[in-house]
Amino acid sequence: MTDSVLSIKNLTKRFGRQTAVDGVSFHIEPGERAALIGHNGAGKTTLIKSILGFLTPEEGSISVLGNEPGSNAARRSVAYLPEAVAFQKALTGVEILTFFSRLKGEDPKAVPGLLEKVGLSEAGRRRVGTYSKGMRQRLGLAQALIGEPSLVLLDEPTSGLDPVSRQDFYALVEEVAARGAAVLLSSHALSEVEAKTDRVLIMAHGKLVADDTLASLRRAARLPIRLRVQGAEVAADEIAQRLGGRRVNCRSVELFCDADEKLSHLAAISALGSLVEDVEVTLPSLDDVYRHFTGVDAKKES
Amino acid sequence: MFTRVLAVASLEIRIGLRNRWLLLATLILAAFSLALALLGSAPAGTLGVDRMTITVASLASLSVYLVPLLALLLAFDAISGEIDRGTALLIFSSPISRVEFLLGKAIGHFAVILIALLLGYGLTAGVLVAFGGGSLAGLTDFARLIATSAMLGLSFLAIGYIASSATRAPGTAAALAIGIWLVAVVLYDLALLGALVADNGGTFSRSVFPLALLANPADAFRLFNLAALGASDLVGGMAGVSDALPYPPSAALAAIAGVTLAAFAAAAAILKRIEP
Repeated sequence: MTDSVLSIKNLTKRFGRQTAVDGVSFHIEPGERAALIGHNGAGKTTLIKSILGFLTPEEGSISVLGNEPGSNAARRSVAYLPEAVAFQKALTGVEILTFFSRLKGEDPKAVPGLLEKVGLSEAGRRRVGTYSKGMRQRLGLAQALIGEPSLVLLDEPTSGLDPVSRQDFYALVEEVAARGAAVLLSSHALSEVEAKTDRVLIMAHGKLVADDTLASLRRAARLPIRLRVQGAEVAADEIAQRLGGRRVNCRSVELFCDADEKLSHLAAISALGSLVEDVEVTLPSLDDVYRHFTGVDAKKES
Repeated sequence: MFTRVLAVASLEIRIGLRNRWLLLATLILAAFSLALALLGSAPAGTLGVDRMTITVASLASLSVYLVPLLALLLAFDAISGEIDRGTALLIFSSPISRVEFLLGKAIGHFAVILIALLLGYGLTAGVLVAFGGGSLAGLTDFARLIATSAMLGLSFLAIGYIASSATRAPGTAAALAIGIWLVAVVLYDLALLGALVADNGGTFSRSVFPLALLANPADAFRLFNLAALGASDLVGGMAGVSDALPYPPSAALAAIAGVTLAAFAAAAAILKRIEP
């Protein structure tokens, strides 16, 4: 436990009567990529600001490599990319990275290499005012990579990025984690992080409602798989009768099953032979899984 | 610590150059001081006083209006702007302390003001020397004017940082900065004058008024410069006051330094409590 890069115990932060973070505990190990998922106002940013030491929690404790959050030792080992950051438009990418290198006590000679890593070598000498949103976000990531930090906190780093930029972004995150840094990135949608993280932490109303790998969360949610069988001719009634599904139209039948029943159902379908023309298998979407852990649980509580 | 302070300071100077702030400030100071030097030099010959000295007396009055305005306009964005852009989160999550950050901003802004003063007033001094109106005594007067104007600028930078960190929003900070300028430079003197007239030589005139002059850096600056020029015979008005005050003119300089330090301490205290 002591080698955790980030260790949070029973953290509670209130603003007046509103509890923004409510009894959250988790650890992140070196080289781990963890996604912090929650809708707007779930407490993600409050949690991240507490890790940075900007907010003082009412209860619980945070330790960054064994140091107090916000202490000099912690600040030296943490890198951070805020959700909305607008660098001075009049400055160039090189000037901004040089400035942050000097603030962090790192050699500005590494700046061209950092710019190349995020694909901004060409644009480095141009003013930030001329950058696209994706380029500004990559500049922000380059800033977070200065000096090989042990913990990288990224607050909604991919919101507003196109799919290609997002993939490039996660490729960089993977590289950082491979070097041994722990990465905690927040997002409002599970579908945005997909398979790009090792672990998923889901927050709802300030509470941590799930903490596991995506595959385990899928299993735990026990959401049904949908099978849609298309008959060869006008045979929906017969197929529905033999499989026990629901008739959608005159050719198609829909049925739902658990993950462990999938194969037996598929066997039954193939046993129908020429009656079936096509089968469509739909796994529960990531949004369904997310809704299961946040929405349904919240309803149970109230 | 030194590299971090210097990093903030040099970035401010760079921004001042890049967005033509420095150029604009220099042009304003040069234009106004040249106008005063050339138009106001007509009576110098008849009075038999050094032409540069009387120009410096006029420029001291110009500095009282322009330098606090320039300083406040530079300072209002220092903290509120970083919060607004979200860069405060980045800066304060890196290993720089809030005091180091404020110190860096102040050094950078001070350098911008100092360069503008050196170039702007320097140009006027150069023009006077070139046209044969200069003397060694006149040049030291100019040097004293530039040095004390820079001090005046620093004091209003510190006051501007209070406004910037207390409001945390650039729009509100800008409005507050203009308000501070109006009060410190215009309304403060009017109020003192009104009180003096109403008091008619009573306790206020004898004990409160001299201290009230020291409390406002703009008044302390004017007091020191006009006394140093021995200009009471030149311009009258406020300058005549200095002879009747219960402290030497150098106390005015100490007062500016004191106000500056107090304002810095206040701005740093507010900044330390800010959650970006």
